[in-house]
Amino acid sequence: MAIWLTKDSKVIVQGMTGSEGMKHTRRMLAAGTAVVGGVNPRKAGQKVSFDVNGGTELPVFATVADAMAATGADVSVIFVPPQFTKDAVIEAIDAGIPLAVVITEGVPVQDTAAFWAYNVAQGQRTRIIGPNCPGIASPGASNAGIIPADITGPGRIGLVSKSGTLTYQLMYELRDIGFSTCVGIGGDPVIGTTHIDALAAFQADPETDAIVMIGEIGGDAEERAAEFIKANVTKPVVAYIAGFTAPPGKTMGHAGAIISGSAGTAAAKKAALEAVGVKVGKTPSETARLMRQIMSGS
Amino acid sequence: MDLYEYQGRELFERHGLPVLSGGVATTPEEARAIAERLGGRVVVKAQVKVGGRGKAGGVKLAEGVDEAVARATDILGMDIKGHTVKKVMLTVTADIAEEYYLSYLLDRANRTFLCIASVAGGMDIEQVAAETPERVAKIPIDANVGVDEAKAREIVAAAKFPAEVVEQVVPIAVRLWQAFIAEDATLVEVNPLARTTEGTVLCLDAKVSLDDNARFRHADHEALVDRAAVDPLEQRAKEKHLNYVKLDGEVGVIGNGAGLVMSTLDVVAYAGESYGGVKPANFLDIGGGASAAVMANGLEIVLSDPSVRSVFVNVFGGITACDEVANGIVQALALLAERGEKVDKPIVVRLDGNNAEAGRAILDAAGNPLVERVDTMDGAARRAAELAAAGV
Repeated sequence: MAIWLTKDSKVIVQGMTGSEGMKHTRRMLAAGTAVVGGVNPRKAGQKVSFDVNGGTELPVFATVADAMAATGADVSVIFVPPQFTKDAVIEAIDAGIPLAVVITEGVPVQDTAAFWAYNVAQGQRTRIIGPNCPGIASPGASNAGIIPADITGPGRIGLVSKSGTLTYQLMYELRDIGFSTCVGIGGDPVIGTTHIDALAAFQADPETDAIVMIGEIGGDAEERAAEFIKANVTKPVVAYIAGFTAPPGKTMGHAGAIISGSAGTAAAKKAALEAVGVKVGKTPSETARLMRQIMSGS
Repeated sequence: MDLYEYQGRELFERHGLPVLSGGVATTPEEARAIAERLGGRVVVKAQVKVGGRGKAGGVKLAEGVDEAVARATDILGMDIKGHTVKKVMLTVTADIAEEYYLSYLLDRANRTFLCIASVAGGMDIEQVAAETPERVAKIPIDANVGVDEAKAREIVAAAKFPAEVVEQVVPIAVRLWQAFIAEDATLVEVNPLARTTEGTVLCLDAKVSLDDNARFRHADHEALVDRAAVDPLEQRAKEKHLNYVKLDGEVGVIGNGAGLVMSTLDVVAYAGESYGGVKPANFLDIGGGASAAVMANGLEIVLSDPSVRSVFVNVFGGITACDEVANGIVQALALLAERGEKVDKPIVVRLDGNNAEAGRAILDAAGNPLVERVDTMDGAARRAAELAAAGV
């Protein structure tokens, strides 16, 4: 069953006709994702061919609403450049799509805050993942975004992470056990789906037995996740936090990964998680070992 | 990007906020010209991006031009918590009757904006917030509604501003919000927002952080970057579009993906504990599609850092296949040799993930004596730390 993304999910791509959009639409198709079309108002009515699965031809629609009406799509993956991301997400929200996955990196935080506020005002009909995220993958079922599909097969571990490559690293280390769903929530200061949202969904998912949570310095999302785990999560959680040695005031690639004052340090996050019984690995490999112990029942 | 106070003051002035007349000087001569223009009593303030400058002697009053020049001469070149003072701001002075606090910032936890306002402003605002939080009003701002006059009145009422300043603070609150939005700021802070003995409300300090992601719609923000304060290696890396941060250790680090590189720094530091405390020398994320040229640029930057004694290239092949990365490393070393760069530091490479076996085979076949392959992240970090410790 997995969370949020299943084999029945029908995916459209906003920005499909751009170079990143083309590359990753092809990859999503190859992974077995039911991609049903793209959105680009200037290329509406055209068809785009992909040399995958024996040749696939996808229609381009003028709007998300048109695409949903024609195809029954319920997921949009957004690859448009940062200048246009806010409008693209608002269009997806207006169309009432249940899931919008915003891959775009470098979105101004006021734009993200604006589309998030808009989504809240519309009653949060749309789950937004990202921006600046690798997307969501339910191995063996569907893949919406840029997470490599061939790292791991299906299994019963759920994974939620602020970081793309650390997600891949953990998927790889635990590939023999497999994953129900891996969600990359992104490393920006404001994001649509949080650790807590994913923890709640994994807790409720009968096909997930245990959860890996990957955090990094900046903000207090991990501390709040710890409080949530204490009150709501009975499944075992293993965590990893990146950035113990990052100096204060320096941005380490992710716009959200910056320590200001005494807040947002990796040590504080680790302490908060351990206080509620979450095992925190010192390195990605140790984190994988901790999860392996849980899954083998030892 | 955090602005200097003088840049914040100018930004406030552009947005119609009441600030004191002033100017910024890099030399005593420039300070003299400003003091002559301002006339009378002035305050001379060190421009550094660190708190506590007043206590460090970086803020002085001066009666008249000669004294202003003398104070500017004292302060220019001063070291404040490791920051050398290169600029001073001179402003006219104000007789302060009361100090308030007003700011707008991003509230990450609630995914919205927040106004913080207090009538107990000044140097001890953080202590006030910690000890008497009821004296500090926090008002959420809807990103799509913003702050109009009515919202500003709500802020002023929540913070209990005295009746005699309300009509002055309301337009300041509106304009400060307009500046926050117009400039794509993540923080605008006025502390103190002061009432003078004459009853005028003024912004006496300006703390502004701008969103680097929004640079594409603010061509003028580029000019606010203080190039002289940027580390030369960071500047060179930026010119090559590399995401590089200089740190103070000995192990050069190159990896793909911000999270993985941050994690690599940690793993190197842990490993270094067993090898005389060697630490990572830098953060360098070469991103997803690491071509040979990008790898060459990255290696060149890291190898040119004189404090680097070994390099750890940590790549997880996700979208990028490891054989491409391995070819990138081999070609990068050839490219550096062609450019006449001296490459004499050991490079530990860990390749894992997509096509890792093929990538490892390429490195082995190339047989570069400086390149050593270790196949786990923890093991490779240990080896890089060991080599850095041995290379003293």
